[in-house]
Amino acid sequence: MNVLVCVKRVPLTGGKIVLTDDERAISTRHLGFTVSPHEECGAEEAVRLIEQHGGSSTVLTLGPPEAEEQLRDMMALGIDRAVHLVTDGEEWDPQATAQAIVEAIQNEAEPPDLILFGNESADAGNYQVAIRVAHKLGLPVVTGVKAIGKDDGHFRCEQEVPGGRDVYVVPAPAVVTVKEGLNLPRYPSVPGRLRAKRKPLDAATPERPAPKLEMVKLTLPPTSGKQAEVLGNGAGAAPAVVAVLNDLGLL
Amino acid sequence: MILVFADRTDDDLYRQALTFAGTLGDGEVHAVGIDDPAGYSPDGWATALADAASQRGATIVVGPGTERGNEVLAHVAAILDLPFAANCTQAAPGAPLTLTRVRWGGSLLEEARMHGSPALLTVAPHAVAADPAVADTSLELLPAKADARVRVSERVETATAGVSLADADVVVSGGRGVGSAEGFAVIEELAALLGAAVGCSRAVTSAGWRPHTDQVGQTGTKISPSLYVACGISGATQHMAGCKGAKKLMAINPDNEASIFASADYAVYGDLHEVVPAISAEIRRTRGGG
Repeated sequence: MNVLVCVKRVPLTGGKIVLTDDERAISTRHLGFTVSPHEECGAEEAVRLIEQHGGSSTVLTLGPPEAEEQLRDMMALGIDRAVHLVTDGEEWDPQATAQAIVEAIQNEAEPPDLILFGNESADAGNYQVAIRVAHKLGLPVVTGVKAIGKDDGHFRCEQEVPGGRDVYVVPAPAVVTVKEGLNLPRYPSVPGRLRAKRKPLDAATPERPAPKLEMVKLTLPPTSGKQAEVLGNGAGAAPAVVAVLNDLGLL
Repeated sequence: MILVFADRTDDDLYRQALTFAGTLGDGEVHAVGIDDPAGYSPDGWATALADAASQRGATIVVGPGTERGNEVLAHVAAILDLPFAANCTQAAPGAPLTLTRVRWGGSLLEEARMHGSPALLTVAPHAVAADPAVADTSLELLPAKADARVRVSERVETATAGVSLADADVVVSGGRGVGSAEGFAVIEELAALLGAAVGCSRAVTSAGWRPHTDQVGQTGTKISPSLYVACGISGATQHMAGCKGAKKLMAINPDNEASIFASADYAVYGDLHEVVPAISAEIRRTRGGG
């Protein structure tokens, strides 16, 4: 079985987001980078499925040259090889992203049996790239999945809904978007990191079409402006806390 | 004419979408749902919705900011090969339509232009308050497409023990500052005294101290309790995206500069392992005395 997982390089935001001067991106001068949390679980699932069923796993990203760092990170988890669609750092809209991924998949020597995405990226949160890829490839797509089972040419996908889980059974090949909680991604080992440096990486440089969903600028939402009431320091604050709980009618 | 996809999985968010559509001023608002005895099918329902939008000449198709709202609208967008903007807070009709949408679970806003007609969008949860007057809007049910590729085949009910995180009136959460899985004993004790649900931050679930079902955050559960008690949580945007619906926030943290205090109503400076047991003891004392 061949599993392809698509990931996106995103900044590791802390408590406060600062924008660049042109207001078109987050200032990352003091930030590290990672992949979106849902996608990290997708990569872990790809590794587990290949460990269990045999085959090969591939990680794909569309992103700037620096996104090779995230591809190597995923290969350190156990992914076998990488495909890097290199951009100039300008943001691609969801339709253009999906089209570039479709073309990359069509260029693969061995087509994937399972294509994994995160349910939505941590930054843009467009909720659509995987669905567009599935339609263009003529494949079924299940979203928001928290458990994947494989048997006899089918994938059994469980999606969390209020009060339970909805089950979808789809034939391979299929597209599945996953959510964090699907698994607990392993911490890459030192040998894993060393091996990742030598794993194969294919790069291509697709052309960015004009965006149909065209970002104009980013803004920070208005802050609450509220000033916290300080109830005290250490254990001595307990009576003031209990007084507040009492005032709120919670005791 | 504006079509609103009637996803009834969350009635409040559906009514918010109807209200939002009414404010766009781009003609009549028609709510359409799908009548599908075979169960939910994202592509089957989207095909019915896309056909209705095309046949009726809809200029805008609006969905609620639910999982299904975003999923079905994304399928409609893929079927019609049109752009789609998820989780909008504002929109102004035109060519192109201009809009504001949320990023990073609401920690950032994006102003954008969408080139394509009909314009496809969903409404970010709680971007507008549902207008009770729209409750009477007539809802039309369309037949589903029989040849759907993907359909729910089974529902597995999960047994829930104790208070559900999403619905709890009080949530007590621990973050990295708890230090270990065992360290959650003091959080659980306070939660039990308050009849509260226990939550945690992503740092905690990534460390394996608590199951992911306990995570409050952008990639976990979004909560809206009367009171949220955040213990040893710094206040990363990932976490705040999950708890911004809380009516009151009490933060307990030894770092006076922690960003969580910027969103807090009540602040306690100190180590949760000293403060939380003292609060539990004080609750017991007052109850014992009362």
